[in-house]
Amino acid sequence: MLTVEGLVAGYGGSVVLHGVGFSVQRGEVVALLGRNGAGKTTTLRAVVGLVHVHRGSVRFRDVELVGRPPFEVARRGIAYVPDDRRIFPDLTVEENLQLARYASGREGPWDLERVYGLFPALRELRHLRGTQLSGGQQKMLALGRALMSNPELLLLDEPVEGLAPLVVRQLEQTLREIRQAGVTILLADQNLRFCRRIADRGYVLDKGTVRLGGTLQAITSDEQTVRQYLAV
Amino acid sequence: MEVFAYQGLIGLSSAMYLWLISAGLTIIFGVLGVLNFAHGSLFMLGAYLGYTLYGLVGVPFGLAVLGSMATVAVVGAGVERGLLRPLYGLDPSYQLLLTFGLVLFVDDLAKLIWGGVFRIPPIPEWLQGSVTLFSRPYPIYNLFLIAVGLSVGVGLWWLFDRTWWGRAVRATASDREMAAALGIRTPTVFSSVFMLGSALAALGGALSTPVRPVAPGIGAAMIVQAFIITVIGGLGNLRGAFAGSLLVGVLSSYGTLWFPEFELFFIFAIMAAVLLVRPQGLFAR
Repeated sequence: MLTVEGLVAGYGGSVVLHGVGFSVQRGEVVALLGRNGAGKTTTLRAVVGLVHVHRGSVRFRDVELVGRPPFEVARRGIAYVPDDRRIFPDLTVEENLQLARYASGREGPWDLERVYGLFPALRELRHLRGTQLSGGQQKMLALGRALMSNPELLLLDEPVEGLAPLVVRQLEQTLREIRQAGVTILLADQNLRFCRRIADRGYVLDKGTVRLGGTLQAITSDEQTVRQYLAV
Repeated sequence: MEVFAYQGLIGLSSAMYLWLISAGLTIIFGVLGVLNFAHGSLFMLGAYLGYTLYGLVGVPFGLAVLGSMATVAVVGAGVERGLLRPLYGLDPSYQLLLTFGLVLFVDDLAKLIWGGVFRIPPIPEWLQGSVTLFSRPYPIYNLFLIAVGLSVGVGLWWLFDRTWWGRAVRATASDREMAAALGIRTPTVFSSVFMLGSALAALGGALSTPVRPVAPGIGAAMIVQAFIITVIGGLGNLRGAFAGSLLVGVLSSYGTLWFPEFELFFIFAIMAAVLLVRPQGLFAR
């Protein structure tokens, strides 16, 4: 579904990614692992078109995405949930959600009812402005907003960062439901235990390159890799 | 007492020109982050086009105003797409230089096409005459201006608060990267906002033709006042621009009555007073 090859990308003059390559099959949950600064966020942003790509290719359902503006990537079915949530502060919870559906122009099973079904708390908060929510609530809203665009591929940056253990458990369940609904997921997180429970395969990033790819089990049982690239 | 109320009403109608021009200025700044020096020139262009269509060609007044707005909106789109777009992401001083250059360019263009100062065409028949307010004759045209200004205010509120276009614009204004990642065509949002702002400036200009002379240089005079108003109200804030226009329009109307020699000083004094109390402007968050 998504094939990334030889991706060289960065901000301004500095290069952060030095030839990243990986792939995601339809229906999979794939994790990008690695420490802070390894290039996980930049990789996700490069897929969406928010980072300047110097070289390399990002193919999504056989269409080259490099060089296309972010709004076109979104309309093709890739939704991005940034680690800092980026809720629109001027809009209410419900407007945030509906705008995503309106903006993407994509029809599909995800609508307000279904997102509220997944996150009942958001229904209670629907008339509040984005800034009035707690950090955890904003995370839910950012995820719900992404689903409202009826994506085929969901990009999640640090989905469990800063969440309480109980909330992390809930999020795991939610992500399983989203996956069962037919949405493919690519996530970036350094929480190995969380990734092991949720992801099928993973790639270990370090200094802007992929060091290793494989099943989460294979990666986590490789003590050398864990110590060298993943241990905090 | 009656003098006071009457002079306030006079100020209210001149506040409407200020409102129409600063509304566009503040919207464009709020969404695109561009401080458009040439916004006053769009007002002037709107005035010249309104004058030409209505006063010279003889098109009905309403149509002349609409024609002027549409033309200036297209000019605005051209400026945004052709000239400003390559400068996004560069230092803001480039935008200031470019838009300041446009002021000079449009002024000279106006001199070339329309020459110097014009006579003022008569007020359209259906807006002539006056009503008695506070024992004094108050021009119907001024009432018309107030009605248009308030309608534009309601219209803009509806547009930004109640339509999906408006919500997409607000989302783009607060976070253009995330807006784009959700599928909003941000370049189109930029162009349409610039067109809307330009059309509002042209509306103000075209409405001024039957009562104020249009000449090269009025653009610069208007932009100074519009800048002051948007700063008073809070840059990028529409309600602030409305309140600022009323404040400046009404107070400078009293100023011209009682201290005619200090008219311009008066406006700056208002700005200084507001900024001393609220440096971020009246309505900024």
